[in-house]
Amino acid sequence: MASKIQEILGSAAAIAKGMSITFKEMLQPTITEDYPDGPAIFQERFRGAHVLQRDENGLEKCVACFLCAAACPVECIYIEAKENTEQQRISGGERYAEVYNIDYSRCIFCGYCVEACPTDAITHGHGFELASYNTSTLIIRKEQMLAPLEPGKKPSVVLDPAATALAADHH
Amino acid sequence: MEFFIITGIKAALVAFVLLTTAAYLVWIERKVLAHIQLRVGPYRVGPHGLLQPLADLIKLVTKEGVLPAQVNKFYYLLAPFLAVALALVSISVIPFGKQVEVFGYKTYLELANVNLGILVILAISSVSVYAVALGGWASNNKYALLGGLRSSAQMISYELPLALAIVSPLLMCNTLSLREIAEAQAGFYFGLIPKWHIFQMPMPQLLAFIVFLIAGFAETNRVPFDLPEAENELVAGFHTEYSSTNFAAFFTAEYCNMVTISAVATHLFLGGWNPPLPEVISNWIPPAIFVGFSLLAFYHATQTSPTRPWDKYTFPVLGVVLLGLAGIFTLPLLRDALTPLFWFAAKTGAILFLFIWVRGTLPRFRYDQLMKFTWTFLFPVSVVQLLATGILVAIVN
Repeated sequence: MASKIQEILGSAAAIAKGMSITFKEMLQPTITEDYPDGPAIFQERFRGAHVLQRDENGLEKCVACFLCAAACPVECIYIEAKENTEQQRISGGERYAEVYNIDYSRCIFCGYCVEACPTDAITHGHGFELASYNTSTLIIRKEQMLAPLEPGKKPSVVLDPAATALAADHH
Repeated sequence: MEFFIITGIKAALVAFVLLTTAAYLVWIERKVLAHIQLRVGPYRVGPHGLLQPLADLIKLVTKEGVLPAQVNKFYYLLAPFLAVALALVSISVIPFGKQVEVFGYKTYLELANVNLGILVILAISSVSVYAVALGGWASNNKYALLGGLRSSAQMISYELPLALAIVSPLLMCNTLSLREIAEAQAGFYFGLIPKWHIFQMPMPQLLAFIVFLIAGFAETNRVPFDLPEAENELVAGFHTEYSSTNFAAFFTAEYCNMVTISAVATHLFLGGWNPPLPEVISNWIPPAIFVGFSLLAFYHATQTSPTRPWDKYTFPVLGVVLLGLAGIFTLPLLRDALTPLFWFAAKTGAILFLFIWVRGTLPRFRYDQLMKFTWTFLFPVSVVQLLATGILVAIVN
């Protein structure tokens, strides 16, 4: 009998404790993110849309070695390489990627390309609003992925002759 | 003729208030549950999701009402009708406040002054088992049938402790009319402790109140006794096959039953519309509460986040409305009519909050635990409690 009463009181105390915990939780601030109205919050290492980085001189880091394309399990990276010349220097190495496309209708955001890259050129950004009504717009070109130039830096792609001369002087 | 007009107006008013309460109870429940789980709950439809019940209603009414193959059409359609009709009937015998005078007519704030009010409510709650059982059986679905059977077994089992818990306060006030029960609980001990049945001598009914609440949870099929709707075993229980307005009827009935059970608990144990403190103090509590909430609203109006641009306007409006309510409660003429109504609504609301709070805390019983709990614990406890009350009342009288 005594143990029975003890059991009942114990259960009541347990329920009271649970109720007090839920009540306290109710008064806590919510942790819901206000995403479409407010900014989306990411973990630092979130693997979002890719960003092609530049070096400290504003040149592209990508040297068109094709290691990322080789590492890619779904073969969604397409690269066309081209030699850098004195007149038109685009990357720090011998070659640069003239075309660098990622097909986001196939990319699985595994991060192997980022791991494979010897020059840390390709990285994962935090972009994730990639949805589209048309798969053809899911192929993202190099120009769309390149990190923006820092203010004060000159563009590395120089095509008109006058500016080419300037760029040649610069290097 | 006058009687018919007044009763018609009262019936419309009560039905409107009850259905609105049931609709907004869903909103409050979703908000409270969300905040217990650190979420925000509905807040996209209207300011802070206040139009969500309306949106739900439009959604449910405009959906296709599926009539599954091989159902027993008559009973299939009768069950939700029965559920919602009985839920609306049982509220009609509950008084909401003292006698008021509107445009020269003296009237009680209730739909029907039945001198056996509490028995009517018990009878109707017994009949509403049929809605669940019929709905489950007529659906031609094994899960619905099992859910319906479980529900009937549960409701019949828990009706016993519910009735026994009701009997002991009845012994103390010696009447079956809810109005007289509430009036019997007026007054204070030592000018401080209210003579509500949970405090009233010779036998404070705290135990009966707890038994009544537990059995009430089971009667309305709420967590932790929501076995008929155990999703992981029975899909959605007795209303698995119901959709559209039929489903809405069951849903409404559940929430109306919650309101009714809370109102009955208020009348039987918490002193109906009697204030918790002597009137010199308690008359100032409603305005103080409204002023406090309006200040809170004004404070929040200054704390708005840029992601909620409308809060700048909706919070001050809410604050002004609450200040207006506070003003109304200080007018001597309206105060006498509204203050009892306020206390009744506040106590009922507190019990309704308890329903939601428990839902956010406790897990569901297993079926054998459910049956064991009522027959080996709740029933004996309520019998002992009833015996003690009876003996003490007999000695005192």
